This record gives sequence, structure tokens and C-alpha cells, in this order.
Amino acid sequence: MKHIFEKSVPGRTGVDAGPVKQGTEEKLHSRLRRKTESLLPEVSELDVVRHYVRLSQLNFSVDTHFYPLGSCTMKYNPKVNETVAALPGFAGLHPLMAYLDDSAVQGALDVIYELSSLLAEITGMKGVTTQPYAGAHGELTGILLMAAYHRNRGKSKKYVIVPDEAHGTNPASAAMAGYSVISIPVNRDGSIDRTLLKEKMNDEVAGIMLTLPNTLGIFSREIREIAEMAREHDALLYNDGANLNAILGKTRPGDIGFDIVHMNLHKTFSTPHGSGGPGGGVVAVSERLTGFLPTPVVGRSAEGRYYLDFNVKNSIGSVASFFGNFAILLRALVYITMLGREGLIDVSEKAVLNANYIRVKLKEYYDLPYDRTCMHECVFSAKRQVQKGGIHAIDIAKALIERGFHPPTIYFPLVVSEALMIEPTETESKETIDEFIQAMIEIARLAETDPERIRSAPGNTPVSRPDEAKAGRELKLTCNL
Amino acid sequence: MARFTPHTDNEVSRMLEAIGVDSVASLFTDIPEDLRPRSFDIPPGRTEQEALRIFTGLARKNRTDFVSFLGGGYYDHYIPAAVDAVSSRSEFYTAYTPYQPEASQGTLRAIFEYQTMIAGITGLDFANASLYDGGTALYEAIAMAVRSTNRGRIVIDKGVNPLYRRIVKTYVMNLEVEIIEADLNDISTDKDRITSLLDENSAAVVVQNPNFFGIVEDFEDLFAHAASRGVVSILAFYPLSLGILKTPGEMKADIAVAEGQSLGLPLSFGGPYLGIMSVEKRFVRKMPGRIAGETIDRSGRKAYVLTLQAREQHIRREKAMSNICTNESLCALRAAVYLSLLGKEGFKKTALINLERAEYLKDCLRHIKGLEIKSGRTFNEFTIVLPVPAFDFVKKMLSRGFAAGLPASLYFKDKADHCIVSATEKRTESEIDDFSNAIRTVLS
Amino acid sequence: MDISVQEGYYYTNEHEWAKIEGGTARIGITDYAQQKLGDITYVEPPEIGKEVEQFEFLTGIESVKAASDIYAPLSGRITAFNDALEQSPELINKSPYEDGWIVEIELSDPKEVKNLMSVKAYKEYAGGLE
Repeated sequence: MKHIFEKSVPGRTGVDAGPVKQGTEEKLHSRLRRKTESLLPEVSELDVVRHYVRLSQLNFSVDTHFYPLGSCTMKYNPKVNETVAALPGFAGLHPLMAYLDDSAVQGALDVIYELSSLLAEITGMKGVTTQPYAGAHGELTGILLMAAYHRNRGKSKKYVIVPDEAHGTNPASAAMAGYSVISIPVNRDGSIDRTLLKEKMNDEVAGIMLTLPNTLGIFSREIREIAEMAREHDALLYNDGANLNAILGKTRPGDIGFDIVHMNLHKTFSTPHGSGGPGGGVVAVSERLTGFLPTPVVGRSAEGRYYLDFNVKNSIGSVASFFGNFAILLRALVYITMLGREGLIDVSEKAVLNANYIRVKLKEYYDLPYDRTCMHECVFSAKRQVQKGGIHAIDIAKALIERGFHPPTIYFPLVVSEALMIEPTETESKETIDEFIQAMIEIARLAETDPERIRSAPGNTPVSRPDEAKAGRELKLTCNL
Repeated sequence: MARFTPHTDNEVSRMLEAIGVDSVASLFTDIPEDLRPRSFDIPPGRTEQEALRIFTGLARKNRTDFVSFLGGGYYDHYIPAAVDAVSSRSEFYTAYTPYQPEASQGTLRAIFEYQTMIAGITGLDFANASLYDGGTALYEAIAMAVRSTNRGRIVIDKGVNPLYRRIVKTYVMNLEVEIIEADLNDISTDKDRITSLLDENSAAVVVQNPNFFGIVEDFEDLFAHAASRGVVSILAFYPLSLGILKTPGEMKADIAVAEGQSLGLPLSFGGPYLGIMSVEKRFVRKMPGRIAGETIDRSGRKAYVLTLQAREQHIRREKAMSNICTNESLCALRAAVYLSLLGKEGFKKTALINLERAEYLKDCLRHIKGLEIKSGRTFNEFTIVLPVPAFDFVKKMLSRGFAAGLPASLYFKDKADHCIVSATEKRTESEIDDFSNAIRTVLS
Repeated sequence: MDISVQEGYYYTNEHEWAKIEGGTARIGITDYAQQKLGDITYVEPPEIGKEVEQFEFLTGIESVKAASDIYAPLSGRITAFNDALEQSPELINKSPYEDGWIVEIELSDPKEVKNLMSVKAYKEYAGGLE
């Protein structure tokens, strides 16, 4: 298939911009104008539409394929969310209008206020910022809040503790905010090693970042003990809420003793993943951190009027230009509104049901390093397949693609060798999951009987396995023009 | 109420049986009783139809009927219908980051083309797959400069959007990075002042074109001076203006970043937007985030993959170049479709029409008594000085149906009578005439 | 895994090697390291003339699956970089001890060699990591 640039014909245009008055260009001194032509394709509107629609057909997506990508919560995205986000009253609204006249943006401020209140209730927290654009951005925001809190109390702290099963974003965010990272391994049960944790805890630890349930899909019962340890050393407890989908209405980070939690709206609250963004990384905090939240915060007067509140005494500043990815916040609110209390609880119950069903159905065929009830995802290892036929997690992933399933997350968490992290989500039916299970069983069988067939997969996709080393060595990052 | 879980009671029983437990509740026994929610006070659910009614009502409470001359870095541009048509393909919007290239060639190729187009408009060598927004992209550029120079001081012009500067200051609050903000010469960059601030401790110089007040400059000399001091040049640009303005590449900027909203993204009350980053080739391996690259598959066919990922957080953890995990892929796709639709000629023409409308607006305002147009070369936005506080003026204009611009006093306390106004290709001459007449009335 | 080693070289526990000839040392990474990293895609050319300290950061290396730091086995001044790696970083995979050398250092303190491992010691060390 050709690039859009290869379809270019000199003189062809897509959308006509309209006439330009003679002499316009000269209104700007030639010194300030570009001398080189911009390198853009010259194609018709149909060329563009056909090209990109065809490209879309090369993708696997939730709407076309089962997509059990662990830790990413690839659930169905209700279509009405898109309808609402496209309403001109939202899509056409200039963010700076809020600064000029809040009476012109009451509906939008209501959305932010309402979503913030609901997410505070869902997490058991007291304050919320909707600014962060993604989960990792939420983490950074959370760690900056942590730093501001300690600084405000005259404490200079140096370390953030992160278990080794955590998402790579956790240590990266802590480092980006100026902390040194102490990594603690998980024990045989899949929970953070508390003996080691105790050893490493000291008064210079600013906080502990924990994923709940963790990336092994395990809810660590010892969380109370860890919260106690943090309290003793005046460290804050940070919750990576990537896995909130498992615990809606079952427990709340705030009730457990967490001070900060970020939520991935594109995971738990069904906003589309967009081929890798835009997302939403809302952060909720406990009482003692509300005074540090980024501004502006949306307030509500006694008369029910919404306004921008810049009056947060120790605010860290801003992490986004405005209120975050508003159209994503809006979709999340539509989703919560439709599901309501019972619907949210149902989400977690069915997500956990689906994951455990896969766990028990596949554990005969794949190594299950932490064999206990899981939450919304289960982590297998391809160890057995490696031993028997030299088949690795990546080969299993490619064989799944050949069978029309998006693969699970592979090689993560790092603490499981040859990891296959499966998160079916609650929106998948038993039939779909059964088909996936059958495919996994067939692959396990072939890994022993005909490993070559697995190694050559996928054979029915637009491309077979690409040479990643060549891509990294030769660095071809733009089309030839 | 709406439900998206397909399970029948019968299926639930069969699944529980397979698992070997008697109830869904027993799957949650790892969560101790005393850690159960103290409350979970969420209203009951709604049907799709009820939800749509509620949100249509909320949308109506927002005023989007003003004839808008409001910019400030975020503009009311026309979005061709084909942009929505393509980006609403759910094979794009319900997919995730292209970790599995065989199942994601569509996304990877679209990103690859986007990268090419961004390089093609900026005149620089490479672009990444996008970042969150203009302000966060600027921070990432600064972090790159700090990494590659091992220096900690950043000189940033006050003509750079104050919203971006605020983000940058927030990000570095716990780092050993010093931000020096260079005062403007009235509303223009004070190049002499900036030049005098650059020394062997400076990691980067940051300027914006056009600047926050709309002033267009040529920074080639400033960047040459910076280069002679080993300082990285960072230019924040307005993508659509590059249809006519001297490019970051022509000015020899090292890193160019932008808010990409003007390339086919709706205003949407602040997001999602698009952080654009483009770099000169020696910075390519320092560039954070996702990057798509071309290679071949096993049978020698062209294939696309995410490349240079080994330095990213999922592998490098606390040693990663950035914590960024996603890009704004769907927004980048919109930008690619938008730029393809405009094409080489349309991109230039659209920029020229913006310039033309702004110049027409200047011509109309020039004759209004008491109103001064600040001198200086501009693109589609410029600054006026009013005989009354700009905030009051804007309020009065709102009541006449016009979003008249941005009072500079929101960010520059000493400029209470300055108002920044823009005119995009969407503003017709007759709207501009009506706008001028309304201003004349309000000021008389 | 099967690891090759080179007689006469000195080794670090970060899997670098040093081949000492007179006052200079040629530096590279071991067969164990290249196998662990997988397909090498890039080695950052260090600044020629830069002084480095023993066991401190020397330069960066990237593969398809990892990016890691290379540490200097010995202190001294960098006098050469293997330019062939710019076009063919895979030389490190193909020939870690010969064609895939990375830098040459003019040693400032040859006595530091006592802090490095012999072939025998390294073989035991790397073998024990599996």
C-alpha cells in the first residue's frame, strides 16, 4: 500500500480554502516568510478518505476484535459517549471563555464539578483535579503534590518506594519529579515484600506507590500494615489506580488510607483509547492534600452557580493548559451517569468473574505463577512452552493475532518471566471468552507438536513480524519525499 | 439504566461453577471486611436516552453562539467534515498503542505519515508521534535540552504563552532546573536582553512565534548566538501559521514544539489537544515518547513499528527519558487528515486567508477613536489598546454577541487596557464589519 | 546460556571487558551482555578526550529491548571510538571481543586493574547469574 505522499499529484487539492486577495502575502515582510515549500501531499478529498479508511482496516480494535490487553482495560466504549462529546455546545466551546464570563460555560463547569464529585465518592477521597491528560501524567501530578506537601511541612525527603511489579511509569514519574526510587521485590504471594519494605523505610521516604490490585491481579491483604508503616514515617501512600476496574464499590483507596490516587478514565470509565491517547488521568487526594491541588478548581456556590476557583493557597500550579482533556472527562461522566451505583458494582463483579474464569480454564495449559483468586486480570507465564518447544510469549501473541484475537500484554509485569497478562474486561461475553480459551489451548498444543507453525505466525496479517532491529538501527522515521 | 455486561444469570452460574466458587462475592474475599467502602453514594443509573437528554441540556447551558475573535493560542478554525469522518472510524478510536505491529499497521502508518507532515511543515528533520499538548510538549523540550547539555538554566521569553510557562514552572518545582523569564520590550521579545542572559550555564533559550501578543519575529540570529554558546534553541510555534511564516527549520531551531489544536481539532473546552514536537536530527535519540519507524517484515515487505522504545519508561523505569506512556494518537491522526486535505497549496492559502482577515480587521479598527493597534508584524492575532479596561470591554462585547478577544491583564497585570484579538479564516468580512461597528458603539 | 570469554582480557561485574596494551585499554561489552541485550541498535559516541573514572558512566547502548549504561572498567581519557559501530552496531552482537570493541582509553592509573576480574573469575561470576 502506498503512502499518502506517494499518491500525491502536483496541483491536486482536497478541501478548497477559498479565494485569497491579491497582495496578501506582501503584507508580511519577506524576511518573516517561509522560503521553502511545506512538504505536504497534494491529493483529493476522496484520496484522503479512502487512504485513511483503508489504513483503519489494518488495525485490530475493540470494536472489531477481542482485545484482552492486560492492564489496559480494553472494554467496550458506548457510542452515546461520542454523540455527547460531539454536541456543538461542548465541542465548540473555547476554554478561555471560562476566564471571561463563567455564565457562558455553566454546562461545561457542571460536567467537571459533577465528575469530580463522583470520582471523589468512588475513591473515598476529598479533592480532585481533572487536569492530567493520561495516567502517567496523573502520576507525575500526584508525586508533585506529594513533594509540595512535604516541603510545606519543612521536610526534605528523597525517596519514593515502588514495588518491582509496578508499571514502568511509576518509577519514571517519581524520578521525573526529582525523587530517587527504591525498588522492592514482591514475595511468593505476589505482594510487596514487607520485611524488605520495613528495612528500607525511613524518614526520608516521601511516599510509597502501590497498584491496587497490583499488576499481578492480586489484592494484597497486607495493605493495612503497609499503610501503618507509611504513617509511622510520615510518608504518603500513592495508589496507581490503573486497576480500579476491579474494585468499584468493593473498596475505596481513601478508606484504606491512601492519600493520592490517579484514575485512568480510558480504562475504568470506558473512554476510547484512540490508538494510544487521548486519555484522562484524574487525580483524587485525601483531605491533607487538597490545599495543594492544581488550579483552577471548579467551585459551586450556595446558589448552584459554578465558577473557577484560583484560591488554593499552596497550589502546585498547573499541569495542563486548562481543565484536562475535557471531551474525555465528559465521556466518563456520561458512562457513570448511565451505569449508576449498581452498574458500577456490576462492572467490577463481571470483570473479576471473567478473569477468574480464564484463570481456571487455562491453568492446566499454561504456568500460573501466582495461583490464587485474581481480580480483573490473571498473569500466566509461557515458561512451559519455552521449555517444551522453545515457544516464547511473543510467539503465543503472534499466534493469537493469526487467530483473530488481540494478544494479552506480554513481558509485563517484569517479575514474571515470559508473562502473558490477560484482562478480558466485563463487556466480553462467555462465548467470546470461550473462543479465546480454545485458541489459547490450541496454541499450547501446537507449541509442543508443531512449534514451527507458531514461530511463523502470523501468516494472515497485512505484514508478518517486522525486523525491529533494522528499524532501530536505520531510523527511517519519515516518508521519502 | 444502561448495562454493557452481556452475562445472563445462567452464564454467571456456569462460570462460577467452572471456577469452583458458589458466588461472585466469594471472588472478592481477598478484600477484608473492614476495608469495604464506608459509602458508595452514586445515583442510580439512567438509560441511554435519559443520559442524552441530560447532557444535551448541559450542552445548551454553554454559549457557543458568539462570533469569536478569541484566540490566545487556541483558535476557532474550520474543520473539514472528512476529518471527523475518518477519525470516527472505530478501528482507530477503539484501538490502543500499537504494541503489536502486525495488528496495528493502520495506526503505525498514520503516525508515520503524521511525523512526515510535521517535519514537512516545520522544516526540521524529525517529529515524534505527539505529546499531550503545547505546554507539556514545551516542558519535554526543555527536559531534552537539560539532558543533552547537562546544564540547568532555562531562559524563557515572556512572549511564550503564560499557560505554557505556568506548566513548565510546576513541572520543575522539585528539580534542579532554574527558569529565568526574560521581560518583554513592551509586547515584543527583547532579543538583546535574552542574548545577555545566555551563558555557559544555559541549557536552552525558549521563544514563541508568533508570540502571545501576536508579534511575528525572525529568531535566526538569536538561535545562531545561542548555538555559539552551546545553548539549545527551542521555538514554540503556531502550526497553521507555517503556511506562510519562516519555519523553525529556516531559523535553525534545534527543537520546535506546538499546540496542535489548530490542525483539525475542536476547541472542546481545553482538550483533547495535541502536543507537537519536531527536532533537528542530532536530537532524535533524545526525543521522548512514541516514534514510528519503517522497516521490513519477514518477507521483505515494508512494515512499521514503534521504535527507539528502549529508552522509555516501560523498559528503563526510573532511568527513562520521560514518564510519558501514550501519545495523543487520535489527535495526531486528525492533524494528518487535516493536513492531507489542505495539502501543500491549501495549507498556504489557509494561512494567507488568516493573515488577510486579520489585516482587514486592523483596517476596520484603525479608524476607531480611542483605540490603538499595537505596531509590529503579525499573523492572525494582534494586540489593541483600549481607552477602557479590556476586561470591561470584553464583557460589554459579549452582551452584543461577540467574543472580542483576550484581556492581556489575565496574565500581564500592567496591561489592563490591552486586548489580544484574532481573526481566523472562519470570520467573514461582514462579521468583521459588524464587530467593528459594535466596538465603535461600545467605546463611544 | 552458552557464554564465550576471551583469554587475557579483564572483566567487570557490569559485563564490560578491557584489553590492556601498554598504557591504553580497549573496552567493550562481553558476550554475556550482548546476549542479554539482544539486537544492539545504537551506541552513543562518547566525547573523545573526555576523562572517565573507573566504574563510572562511560556511554549509553541501546538494543531493541533495552537501553543501558556502559561503565568504564578503568580510569583515563577516551582516545578513540569504534566508528564502525555507527553504521553497524550489530558488530557487538557478531564479535563482542574483536570487531565490536567500543572505545579506547589512555589509562591514568594502570594499577586499577586489580579491581577487575580475571577470565576465570568472570566465567564463574557470569555462569552463576543464570
